[in-house]
Amino acid sequence: MANALSPQKPMALGEGGLALALAALALLSIVVAAKAYTPEYAFHAYLFTAASIAAVFAIINRYFDRAAEPAPLTIDGKPNYNMDPVKFATVAAVIWGIAGFSVGLYIACELAFPFLNLDLPWITFGRLRPLHTSAVIFAFGGNVLIATSFYVVQRTCRARLAGDLAPWFVVLGYNFFIVIAGTGYLLGITQSKEYAEPEWYADLWLTIVWITYFLVFLGTIMRRTEPHIYVANWFYLAFILTIAVLHLGNNAAVPISIFSPKSYIVWSGVQDAMVQWWYGHNAVGFFLTAGFLAIMYYFIPKRAERPIYSYRLSIIHFWSLIFLYIWAGPHHLHYTALPDWAQTLGMTFSIMLWMPSWGGMINGIMTLSGAWDKLRTDPVLRMMVVSVAFYGMSTFEGPMMSVKIVNSLSHYTDWTIGHVHSGALGWVAYISFGAIYCLVPWLWNRPLYSLKLVNWHFWISTIGIVFYITAMWVSGILQGLMWRAYTNLGFLEYSFVETVEAMHPFYVIRALGGLLFLSGALIMVWNLWKTVNSAESVAPAGVALAPAE
Amino acid sequence: MSLWSKHAILEKNSIVLVIGILIVIAIGGLVEIVPLFYLKNTIEKVDGVRPYSPLELAGRNIYVREGCYLCHSQMIRPLRDEVERYGHYSLAAESMYDRPFQWGSKRTGPDLARVGGKYSDDWHRDHLRDPRSVVPGSVMPVYSWLANADLDYQNIADDLKVQALLGVPYSPEMIASAAADVVTQATTDSPDAAALAKRYPKAQARDFDGNPKRISEADALIAYLQLLGTQVDFKLYDDKANIR
Repeated sequence: MANALSPQKPMALGEGGLALALAALALLSIVVAAKAYTPEYAFHAYLFTAASIAAVFAIINRYFDRAAEPAPLTIDGKPNYNMDPVKFATVAAVIWGIAGFSVGLYIACELAFPFLNLDLPWITFGRLRPLHTSAVIFAFGGNVLIATSFYVVQRTCRARLAGDLAPWFVVLGYNFFIVIAGTGYLLGITQSKEYAEPEWYADLWLTIVWITYFLVFLGTIMRRTEPHIYVANWFYLAFILTIAVLHLGNNAAVPISIFSPKSYIVWSGVQDAMVQWWYGHNAVGFFLTAGFLAIMYYFIPKRAERPIYSYRLSIIHFWSLIFLYIWAGPHHLHYTALPDWAQTLGMTFSIMLWMPSWGGMINGIMTLSGAWDKLRTDPVLRMMVVSVAFYGMSTFEGPMMSVKIVNSLSHYTDWTIGHVHSGALGWVAYISFGAIYCLVPWLWNRPLYSLKLVNWHFWISTIGIVFYITAMWVSGILQGLMWRAYTNLGFLEYSFVETVEAMHPFYVIRALGGLLFLSGALIMVWNLWKTVNSAESVAPAGVALAPAE
Repeated sequence: MSLWSKHAILEKNSIVLVIGILIVIAIGGLVEIVPLFYLKNTIEKVDGVRPYSPLELAGRNIYVREGCYLCHSQMIRPLRDEVERYGHYSLAAESMYDRPFQWGSKRTGPDLARVGGKYSDDWHRDHLRDPRSVVPGSVMPVYSWLANADLDYQNIADDLKVQALLGVPYSPEMIASAAADVVTQATTDSPDAAALAKRYPKAQARDFDGNPKRISEADALIAYLQLLGTQVDFKLYDDKANIR
């Protein structure tokens, strides 16, 4: 501590500036809390106050404890990687994943047994459903993306992560956003725009965090010692940039007061619908696809110890995917009051999107050429390859459902929910699990505790996914057909509630599928816990799991 | 091949790659979104669609707060069974003042685009209190607390002000009388009902939740539900007139 006060150790501009900005935010939050229109908003303002004060203390504490010189970029000519934020985001991803799967299971049970809403406002289906979707997409998926992107960009650029406090600001700030968003839903603070529910102040905070994320990522690329930017980083860049554009466009809103959580969206009616699904479908296209394709492009070759199948295919895959995806939004609005020309464009591009999607799938799966035997011996690799197979399946199903005549049956039914989950569980979650099973041993420098448990995880979760999606296919198509069924006399055959009652057995099967999926994930948590807490440390060289430089 | 080697320019210059990505992702969105703001046939010309009254807006905000759209759509498609089940297909004009739009994407429950006037206030009150008391097979959560929660409308004028800023035709008079209009519309036989109806044509004014002692969140929500889909008179609507 004594040397900390010596004049040789000036406070960095970033440290001082961030501490001052956060202190100002703490002050502002106290004022807002005092004059807030609703107690729920005051609670959020106090959360902002507490978090900013804690962050200011953490920054000052770190200043006294750290060495006078900033961390070196290289040690003995090798890059000095900054892996602590990656570790944090990895752990956060696992925790949020379990939380998100559990809430999903609970709301699945609510639909089968509505007494589970317990007459409480905070846990009604309408409030928990956004909590589930945000927890799995943005909390679990988002932390996986941040963790893997910070890992991959350092490794493939052979450079230390840009920024000193900035990477920490990204991971902590992002998870604070999750807390604000999630508690907001429970308390009834929502814009009710699907997958863009957080209100204006949470959106503003996320904007700041996201721009920092972009700058850290780009800054690291600019530091690279490799001449080429690796393909995984193109996908990460497209994901980060596009999500920023979509977030700003779809959440353009005017709050009724700085003291109120309520805001009104700038767009209205049919234009708002188009902007929403331009955002919504590309949250799928860029958050849940481009970002996770980046994971595929790094972790599958790494794990299989084979190069990417085709470099040219990855170029075509990348540019055609990001160009075509942006057009696909209107397929969520078939037969609505959106003008026909926009619907037709959306359908056309959705069908075309099938090709780059399968190009990517082929590139991922064929990377195993010459290493197919590993599917038998390595359940982690098997999980990732099966995830790419699920990707292929749901990117065939999606274009099919975007055909207007198919959509007239499938839209508004559980078929959509089944489709989303074959992508979300089969593709996004499985490639994430695979990446986490690789990352944890690499980051903590220990061998994975048990491959056998990975095998159990794989099979239990896979059976869960099959239960889930088949139940939703049957219930969705059944409900769609019941809605349009006519009697011989030309009357509608079923009242609406009869179609609701017919769903019950499938909702129970779906919940069972969810339970199996969650059980598999809990096995993973146990496996990772034992991995991190094992004393044994692997030698960095000569071990199959250690990443090659 | 030369074209493939040209790609190295993007792979070696991060800023060029960033600009390339931004251009490629901008095209689709611009083509699909921008024309909706200037093509005149995007929103039909119809009579009867007016901005929400303060009570209806407050009710809509409760609908938004509770995430009703997650199970109820507000968009009837021009398909035979939907038109027979729910009524005339929805027009873009009918949601022109909706911020945000609440068309929804899932029908765990039925479409609500034309639920206004289909059921009595009493039915709605009972249905919110205990959905299975009126629809035994329903899986809807119980919303009994809405009738016991006082509607927070002290700042409702702020809501109208912001909407006016965004282009909704709320006059200064409407904004000034917003809070009073909430009380008027939630009261049966209010003396100010005529003035309210002048500001908001055909606004239904009565005690919606059956409890004259308080203006509850249920009052506002039922007022909103009873308005849904009733503004356009389809006896007079000519769907050929909007083909341009």
